[in-house]
Amino acid sequence: MSDVWPWVAAAALGAYHGLDPSMGWLFAVALGLQERSRTKLIGSLVPIGVGHLFAVGAVVLALAAARLSISASLLRGLSAAALVAFGAFRLYRPRAHPRLGGMRVKPWELALWSFMMATAHGAGLMFVPVLLGVPAPTHVHGHFGAVSALSSPSAPAHHALVVQAAALVMVHTAAMLAVMCTLALAVYNWIGLAILRRAWINLDLIWASALITAGVICLVI
Amino acid sequence: MELWKPDQTFYPSPTLAMRAPRERFGYVATFDPNTALGRANGNGRHDAICVLDLDPSSPTYGQVVGRVEMPGKGDELHHFGWNACSSALCPYAPHPHVERRYLLVPGLRSSRIHVIDTKPDPRNPRVVKVISAEEIAERAGYSRPHTIHCGPDAIYVSALGSPNGDGPGGIFLLDHDSFDVLGRFEVDRGPQFLAYDFWWHLGYDVGITSEWGTPKMVEGGLVPDLLLKNEYGHAIHVWDLRRRRHLERLELGPEHQMTLELRPAHDPTKPYGFVGVVVSTKDLSASIWTWYLERGKWAVRKVIEIPPEPADPDKLPPALKPFKAVPPLVTDHILSLDDKFLYVACWGTGEVRQYDVSDPFAPKLTGSVRLGGIAARTPHPKAGAVNGAPQMVELSRDGRRLYASNSLYASWDEQFYPDGIKGWVAKIDVNPAGGMTLDPDFFVPFKDERPHQIHLEGGDCSSDSYCFP
Repeated sequence: MSDVWPWVAAAALGAYHGLDPSMGWLFAVALGLQERSRTKLIGSLVPIGVGHLFAVGAVVLALAAARLSISASLLRGLSAAALVAFGAFRLYRPRAHPRLGGMRVKPWELALWSFMMATAHGAGLMFVPVLLGVPAPTHVHGHFGAVSALSSPSAPAHHALVVQAAALVMVHTAAMLAVMCTLALAVYNWIGLAILRRAWINLDLIWASALITAGVICLVI
Repeated sequence: MELWKPDQTFYPSPTLAMRAPRERFGYVATFDPNTALGRANGNGRHDAICVLDLDPSSPTYGQVVGRVEMPGKGDELHHFGWNACSSALCPYAPHPHVERRYLLVPGLRSSRIHVIDTKPDPRNPRVVKVISAEEIAERAGYSRPHTIHCGPDAIYVSALGSPNGDGPGGIFLLDHDSFDVLGRFEVDRGPQFLAYDFWWHLGYDVGITSEWGTPKMVEGGLVPDLLLKNEYGHAIHVWDLRRRRHLERLELGPEHQMTLELRPAHDPTKPYGFVGVVVSTKDLSASIWTWYLERGKWAVRKVIEIPPEPADPDKLPPALKPFKAVPPLVTDHILSLDDKFLYVACWGTGEVRQYDVSDPFAPKLTGSVRLGGIAARTPHPKAGAVNGAPQMVELSRDGRRLYASNSLYASWDEQFYPDGIKGWVAKIDVNPAGGMTLDPDFFVPFKDERPHQIHLEGGDCSSDSYCFP
């Protein structure tokens, strides 16, 4: 079972980001409505996905690099501290976000926007506990997080883990895009925007609490 | 405070906002003309935001039921706006869980901006913060703050000029949460020098600004010499909102003096809007112009011209006697949320006109209500003779109720209504199919103070911006 849960977690986190209107599906709806074009809506999701992928990917790379130079227990402690601190910041300044938006955005600007929103949201950071919980591929000894503090991971083991992490990021982003696309099309075609007034609960509060919880779990797993 | 669900006064689109519940309160900026004109000898009243009861089922309907005074004197309250509005739902910078709660109320003379909390008791608002003229001067280099609009990323404020009373005027930004002055908007202002109103087309990342005059050109009253030389504003400007750069200056012709209120289409996909011109120095007419985007370039075209009305010179103030006519003086206008009807206030002749602007290039006159006026002095059924005329007009979100106040600006009031304006607010009922009538039972008089802009509980037709059509 323990082989499956990181994949489930990665997909679930992606689906959660997909649900959040501030992460992109609502932007895609607005861009589609501005030009009365469903093609524009769907096309907008591509750069949004790319930006998100890079935001999460950057954190994964940083984690992989860190694992080579610092011990697993230190990495675990630092990750936990970062998650708790970031969650606390999101609670303290819930409306802090990058100011680079506009409605006339080129694809690369949309990708940059998505990258910044995902980063400011801590989307990549939330991936850390998932990766720390990844069991090693069966043929290689070691565990991404639970390796003894005395031993560094061997090069092949590290390589395999990075490949696996990359696959997890892809699954995460694919899940997000699937949810985003479904929601955006549903709102654009059938549901209408009035739903926002009723259903847009304060996901930022939930997310900030989740970051802090993940930080705590990080120490426990 | 963070809400769990979006503030229920926010609407994604203007169409949805038209279904909003009826307003129960109106907020009116009032000022003491004697202090503003420097003749109160320290005995004048404080300027105030007055709360009007607009709930017809209330026993105090149509009365002033609350009043919050500014801490200083002589502010000359004028325009004001909300801390947050429907633009909080804009998808690229969403913050839907803030509250529409604070009114930001500039003193056009004092340059102070008052932050007024309308909760928990909307009848009893309180001043919770004052942004000093010095902070605005230091951080933005501006003074005489005027229009407030809640943008997706900050609160935008226009200002008539520099701290010493000259130009340029422009726009500065306030932080959404702390209300700190963030600095001036313009990175490159191009040829723009005069300022007054501003608004935007969020769907195009484009801002529009208009031109009145520098503080020195307006504070002592309309300067006839400057007017005859066509030195008040006669252009509007188009801006790149994201890069904060001047894009185009649209010239209306020098005789079209004073481009004031800007009313862009509420639908963010429609790249056009309406600007009023107070007076033409050629023939005293007033006009409404449509600006629009065509093949990547912005342009402006006159779509309504309102002629002056002949009048007995005995009924005219000294400056107008030689002309034997009353200029319409279009000083404000308001566009319904469905972008269908434009209401034009003629402060000189004492008339509110309703135009069907479904085709923004071919408006059709569909209604007229007369009240007050320099020469006409059309009485109000409830109050009898009135002076002044409908000046600031505000329309309810459903488009059915139009509220009008009668004062323009202390020193200018004296020039056009030398007997001294006695303040009032009146209401006009609108037929959704077109046409309108004065509500004979609604008349709110003000004593020793004059009302200017009115904003309605939950938003109105000049308070909110939308990112969805």
